[in-house]
Formats: sequence, structure tokens, C-alpha cells
Amino acid sequence: MPELAMESVVHVYERGSVRALDGVSLRISAGERVALIGQNGSGKTTLVRHLNGLLRPTSGRVSLDGRDAALMRVAQLARSVGLVFQDPDRQIFAGSVAAEVEFGPRNLGFRDAELRGAVDDALAAVGLAAESRTNPYDLGASRRKLLALASVLAMRTPVLVMDEPTTGQDQRGVATVRGVIEGAHAAGRTVIAISHDMEFVASAFDRVVVMGAGRVVGDGPPASVFAAASWEMLRSTYLEPPMAARAGERLGLGSTPTDDSLISALVRTG
Amino acid sequence: MLTFESVSYRYAGAARPSLQDVSLVIGSGEVVGLVGASEAGKTTLCLVAAGLAPRTVRGTLSGRILLDGTDMAPLAIHELAGRVGIAFANPATQLSGVAGTVYEEVAFGPMNLGLPRSEVIDRTDAALRALKIIDLAEREPALLSGGQQQLVAMAGLLALGPAHLVLDEPTAQLDPAGTRLVAQALARLAMDGASILVAEQKTDLLASICDRVVVLDAGRVALDGPAAEVLGDPRLADLGVAAPASVRLRRLADAAGASPATLSHLDGALALEATT
Repeated sequence: MPELAMESVVHVYERGSVRALDGVSLRISAGERVALIGQNGSGKTTLVRHLNGLLRPTSGRVSLDGRDAALMRVAQLARSVGLVFQDPDRQIFAGSVAAEVEFGPRNLGFRDAELRGAVDDALAAVGLAAESRTNPYDLGASRRKLLALASVLAMRTPVLVMDEPTTGQDQRGVATVRGVIEGAHAAGRTVIAISHDMEFVASAFDRVVVMGAGRVVGDGPPASVFAAASWEMLRSTYLEPPMAARAGERLGLGSTPTDDSLISALVRTG
Repeated sequence: MLTFESVSYRYAGAARPSLQDVSLVIGSGEVVGLVGASEAGKTTLCLVAAGLAPRTVRGTLSGRILLDGTDMAPLAIHELAGRVGIAFANPATQLSGVAGTVYEEVAFGPMNLGLPRSEVIDRTDAALRALKIIDLAEREPALLSGGQQQLVAMAGLLALGPAHLVLDEPTAQLDPAGTRLVAQALARLAMDGASILVAEQKTDLLASICDRVVVLDAGRVALDGPAAEVLGDPRLADLGVAAPASVRLRRLADAAGASPATLSHLDGALALEATT
């Protein structure tokens, strides 16, 4: 299981002059569940695209288990880090759901029973097992997004990276995404996700990294990142703590970033 | 005023209709929220309301859609452009792709309405300021983040200033501050008399900006009523819709056996937080 590291990573897009990443240093251990939050344009998507080699740093270094990602071949990186895009239509291309999900693992050399198992498990994890013959474009936008997630899951990469996985999902879809995260975590995989849904972030992740203007401005467990002492930092990058944290603070219950923590503090005190 | 009279819609080749017998009136100055499980028909209703289905998306429409009492059916798509605006969840779909800067992108709509130059400039500036993206004016739209693009698309819509607005998850990719700016912009448009239909998964947002909320289920209207009533309705979960945080927390506290005094403290805190 790889450890991911970024050291003073700067990224300037070719045609741009803005430093999308302005000196990011971050170390993520195997098996961590890390949420990446921050205002629009703060560099979250740019950051995760460095993790699978889709983008290379303008300066600084990205490494997997101490090996410089810039020196690794794309195929090696693809085997380690799976990235699910925010917009599924940027990654879907096959004529059936099963073919779409099969493409990644087949390219990684999966065959026969292993390939079938990887595809079946991934489709089951996102609730699309009954749709394997369906054309992806006959699925609604939210299920296409779950399909894009399945096609990355099927590669069984030790690191799973998702860009806004709950966007456009209804209640059931969000529960499905939570299930995928739990399953990946139980299997020892590292999970990294970008999200604007603070309630989801507080309840499904162990660690929250806050981005602001291309830099890491906060980093810690939900109970500290969403504690009142951090609100000024959060608001500096246009974020709001989740409702449970805000209500808990008003009621003098301390840091209650999740529904569960708020309710148990509430019942305990009165 | 935007009126749906027994509207049904079936996509070409689809086994079942995506909308069935939907009747709704969105009055002038009214903001109506639209919720429902995935594939309940929210996006289809938005496309139909904006006149894009069946004009650009093949299918069969029955029933009538009226703009201020006028049947939309005979109107060509360019005749609709200034009267009803649509925002898509995916801003990449929305942006013109021909503008080199954010400023040109936002000015594109009012310019095509043939407005005088000074008014185009006024409207563009006002829209960029309302969404606090004036500092992005000289940037290239294609190089912005998803959330920034969504704000640019929304600014383009504000600059058009249509009397009818249909928004399909307009804040899907926005941070909480961007979401609040969009909410404020919608409230202002409604105050100016616009009829606004907004499909959203974020029920907390709807609770703060909507007069009324409509729930779709398998293409039909399942619930329609005042926002607080519908968003607090216990049937919402069975319809695949997450309740707003305040409703959810109140129920959890109740189920955990919190005392009446504790519940009333919680209610107070939730009410204060919901409005800030």
C-alpha cells in the first residue's frame, strides 16, 4: 500500500498565469480517508490530478512510496491510483455498462475469473448489477456518475480518488457512495474525495484537508477542522461548518461535527 | 407566470414517459423548488419548461406550457431565448465556447438580444458583481474550475434577465459561499417579478429560498405545498429526498429521547443557524 506525498508542489496551467497550486505539501498514509474541501477555484481538482500523473507539477515533487511520480510510467500510476472525474461524461465511452467497467481492469491485465469478479463487485457496489447490458447513455446523469465510479473501482487500485462524488446524487445515491467508501476502507484502500457537502465530509472521513488559493490552510480530523476555533480559517476560504457543528456550538456542546456527535452530546447533557 | 397544464413527456425510444400529467403554476415573483429521486423527471421538467424538449431533445410532448398565459408551442427557440432562461447542472454544457474571456461570455446573451452597448455593459457588470466574480472578468472560461464556471454560467443568465427561469441544480459544484450568492441573486430576481423553478438536491438551500416545493415521483407530482410543510413531510424519505439538516437533526434528537426542554433549545439553535 503506497504512501502518497506532495512536496512544495506548484502548478501553473500552460495558458494561465494563476498558480493553481502554490506550494502544497501533504503526506497521506495508506488506508486514510481524506476529504479535500475549499472554495471554488482553490486548487482541489488540480491537486488530485497530480496524484495519478494526469498533471505534472511545474515545480516540487509528487511521490508514491518514496518513488518520484514523474519518473513512473502512466501505467504504473494507473495501477496505484484510480481517479473518478467530477463529470462522468469525460470518462464514459463504451456501448454497455459492463464493457465500460471492464475496460480499466482489462487494460491492467485482469483476465477471466478475476476480470469478471472485479466487474461484478464494482457494479454491485454502486447498485448497477442489473444494468450490465444497458447503454450508459440510457442511464440518467446520477447513475452515469455511479457507473464512472464503478469503472474506477473495478481496477482495484490501492488508492481511490473521487472528485465531488455526491454531486447530483439523491439520498440513495449518497448512501451508495458512503457504502463504496466504507467498503474500500475496510479493504485497506486509501480514499481521497473532493466535496462541498460538509455533512458528508464530517461523517465519512477521518481527515479533512482545507484548500485556499492553491495552498493547504487547514488539516486535521473533522472534530478539529469543524471546531469553533477553526471557523475563521474555514470562512477565509468561503466554507461553512456543517449544521450539526454550528448547532452544537450555539448550544455550548463543544465540537460536534456530525449528526451522531451532536445528538449524543445533546442527550448526555439534558 | 409559468404554467404547466397536464404536461406529459416521453423521450424518443423510451419505454415509459418521463413526465406524466404534471400541472403546476409558478406565479410572478415566486420561487418554486423541485425535488425528487434520481430519474424522477426533474431535468425533463426543466428541459420542457425551457422549450428545449422537444425542440432539441427528441420526444413527444402532450399538454401545454404557457409563458404569461401564452402557449409556448408555436414559438421558435430564438423567440424563447429572451423570455425563459435555463441553467444546467453541468456548466460546461452551458458556456458558449466562443468567448475568450469571462466578460465576453457573460455579455454574449445580452449582446445577442440586440441591446444597446451601454446596457450590455451595465448588465454584464451587475451580473459579475452580484456573484462576486468580477475579478475573473479577464480569465478564460475554459481554464476555470467547475464551480467558477457554474458561477459564470449563472452570471450569463442574470445578464439576460429573463422573466422565467428554470434552474437544474444551479449550485451542484458550488462552495457554500457561492451557493449563498446564487440564492441571493434568485431572491432579487423574484423580487423583480421573475417566475423561478429550481431543481435541487440541496433541500437546505430550498428551505431558505423557496415559497413552495414540488416533489416529483416517477414523473408525477407527488407533493406540492408550502416549502416548510413539504420539506418537513415524513413521506419525503420514501420519495428518495433527503430532509433539510434542521428537520433531520430534530427527528434524530426526538428519536434519541431528548427531553422537551432540550428539543426546544435545539429548535432555537437550528432556527438561528438556518437563517444565517
